[in-house]
Amino acid sequence: MNDLPIFQSPICPLPLAHHAQVTIGHGSGGQLTHQLISDVFQKHFNHPALTQGNDGALIDLASQTAQQKLVVSTDAHIVTPLFFAGGDIGRLAVCGTVNDVAMMGADPKYLTVSFVIEEGFPIDQLEQIALSMSSACAEAGISIVAADTKVTEKGKADGLFISTTGFGLLPAGRLIAGDQARPGDAVIVTGSLGNHTIAIAEARGNLGFQSGVESDTAPLNHLTSALLAEIDDVHVLRDPTRGGLATTLVEITRQSGVTIELDEASIPIDQPVWAACSMLGLDPLYLANEGKAIVILPEAKASKAIEVLKTNPYGRNAAVIGRVVNVEKARLLLKTPFGTTRVLDMLAGEMLPRIC
Amino acid sequence: MCLGIPGKIIELYEIDGTLMSKVDFGGVTQEVCVATTPEVEIGQYVLVHAGFALSVMSDHEAAETIELLEDLQRFNQKQAEGGGLQ
Amino acid sequence: MTEYQSMPTRDSQRTLQLADEIRRVATRCWNIMEICGGQTHAIMQYGLDQLLPPEINLIHGPGCPVCVTSLEAIETALQIAQQPGVIFTSFGDMLRVPGTSQDLFGARASGADVRVVYSPFEAVKIAQSNPDKQVVFFAIGFETTVPSIAASLIHAQRNQIQNFSILPANVLVPPAIRAILSSPNNQVNAFLAAGHVCAVMGYTEYEPLAEEFSCPIVVTGFKPDELLTGILMTIHQLETGTARVENAYGRVVTKGGNLTAQTMIRTVFKPVDRQWRGIGTIPLSGLGLRSAFSAFDAVRRFQVDASPVAESSVCIAGQVLTGVAKPPDCPAFGKACTPTSPLGAPMVSSEGACAAYYRYQKAN
Repeated sequence: MNDLPIFQSPICPLPLAHHAQVTIGHGSGGQLTHQLISDVFQKHFNHPALTQGNDGALIDLASQTAQQKLVVSTDAHIVTPLFFAGGDIGRLAVCGTVNDVAMMGADPKYLTVSFVIEEGFPIDQLEQIALSMSSACAEAGISIVAADTKVTEKGKADGLFISTTGFGLLPAGRLIAGDQARPGDAVIVTGSLGNHTIAIAEARGNLGFQSGVESDTAPLNHLTSALLAEIDDVHVLRDPTRGGLATTLVEITRQSGVTIELDEASIPIDQPVWAACSMLGLDPLYLANEGKAIVILPEAKASKAIEVLKTNPYGRNAAVIGRVVNVEKARLLLKTPFGTTRVLDMLAGEMLPRIC
Repeated sequence: MCLGIPGKIIELYEIDGTLMSKVDFGGVTQEVCVATTPEVEIGQYVLVHAGFALSVMSDHEAAETIELLEDLQRFNQKQAEGGGLQ
Repeated sequence: MTEYQSMPTRDSQRTLQLADEIRRVATRCWNIMEICGGQTHAIMQYGLDQLLPPEINLIHGPGCPVCVTSLEAIETALQIAQQPGVIFTSFGDMLRVPGTSQDLFGARASGADVRVVYSPFEAVKIAQSNPDKQVVFFAIGFETTVPSIAASLIHAQRNQIQNFSILPANVLVPPAIRAILSSPNNQVNAFLAAGHVCAVMGYTEYEPLAEEFSCPIVVTGFKPDELLTGILMTIHQLETGTARVENAYGRVVTKGGNLTAQTMIRTVFKPVDRQWRGIGTIPLSGLGLRSAFSAFDAVRRFQVDASPVAESSVCIAGQVLTGVAKPPDCPAFGKACTPTSPLGAPMVSSEGACAAYYRYQKAN
């Protein structure tokens, strides 16, 4: 009796099973959705909590949580174009959230992900992005434990949006936060600045330049855990993403109520990034980074920190770039190579290429 | 006004009758129109603004600048030899 | 010899030596105006004003092209951008300049197709690849930017690219210098002439100004050492009572300028009276299209008519742009008027004197 055809419901005609593009039916919750999930996502995301197919992930934390705290961070990722030198939206969506959890001093363990896919999106690209997410997860040592897909009508989303939420465990007694910077601390950045924005600007193509600059998109949790294993009094960790180094440090000066003084000549910037900035009239201190961390810790620990950071490929160009000087006023100062000083403020609005 | 930066001509060609070039700005390359500097040759430096070459750069400062900078150098030498600030 | 743009550290020793020399040479108070947004930006970015003795006062003139673009031109731009079937292209920093009620970003948010281009040639390419659309380029900027627009129009005419047009709003430096020097409350003793404007135009047209107003004018570059060289040469002249045009940017500027570029400009454009935001109309200070190119005039093509608009009454942009007042003298500076909500034009562009002051204000 097994030969009898199975009718689920009166559908006429049955939907085509093989699509090269995401159709609205892939968001129906029915067979097409399941097919998309098994063909594209489960092939690459295979943590048991996810593949069991329940409504939520069941994770046993009991053995891990004695004295520990749970750190949670969430982020939506929108980037044009979806693929760029040095990464893609998938790698970005994993690393962005992994790094946010890592910057709390926590060890990122689990990720949830939700996809908003525009009708018509090529399935081969979706799979490429899923694969990229899976390899970023493997690199970071985390697992995707819950996921969701939704399909919007054509024109209601720009290709693909990915939201991720990360969970990590923070050891007892560790306090790393934006309000912990203290006078006498050194300010370190783990590598050169601005590469992500320049790579994206180049990939968009409308500014018509070629630089060979790659996005720095990378998971930094191994870098931070190596640092924290060696140095137990790191005060602040923060990733200078949108708004760049300057905006992020201004936030920290306000949270901690301190003045930070940067030494312009010591801030690492790759030559092609500098050249592109000169050409377009952009300031590298305000460009986004997706694989860099700011580390603030007691000055006496700075050289040890640099030594540890440099052993990780993502910290090769780590440098001390400034110091926390006092608590009179919350502001960010930049010492130029001429001995002059200027005040750096947050980025106002969108950074635009200038003609003048 | 006007952001202009030096770059080196690495390729010359035409687009629909307009003279164009590829210019290297220290690791970044870009298409630059050289319609206003038609005399330029590969290897020369041009000053580029908004995708157009404004002038072919020379290695020489103007005479008056050279004179001033020489004065300055002499003064600094004197200072280094113990002249000090007056 | 000639090198790529490099990080500023390279010239720091020479810059400091020049600053020492300026301190040595300056004996009196002098007001020197730079009339170039790029120079204002560099002065603020590197804190060069902090290297100068208190006698030397740098005044940031109307050198930011987006700042001086009139409200009417911006209103016209907004009207054109919002028409169906139009792709409106512009240099990036123009998008944030407010008109009376909104900016080009706002127009884009409400559905207009507004695109940032790095070069007017890119706008022509957009026109070629979108034959069913009208592509308009917002032609702002000083003489530096004009050759790129002239060459783009010549290219468009030669290749019969009929869906391309420009909104003409270019301005010229020498008429502005004349207007500032002619003002009864002029404070300016000398000018740094904008190096890149002179790369195109040369500097003979500044000679009558230097002579008539006994005002030293020094063609100056943009790097810290270049700027201080220009300032030092200016002070030399002021201290010795001479008033002529000198060139401190000889690697780029020749006396006659770029003759090919000048011919292109004359082929396409003719001088017209133009309104400067915050200053008013300056005779023959703008460029309009000659009749042979009037088919590329977006104002004609789209039949738009922006009625004259009043500027904010609190804002003292005009006085700031002409050197009569400094940005912090304005009651709105840093309060009602900030880079995120600019009242007046000089707060808009990162080169605008007010925005530069706001961003790079001295540490103390």
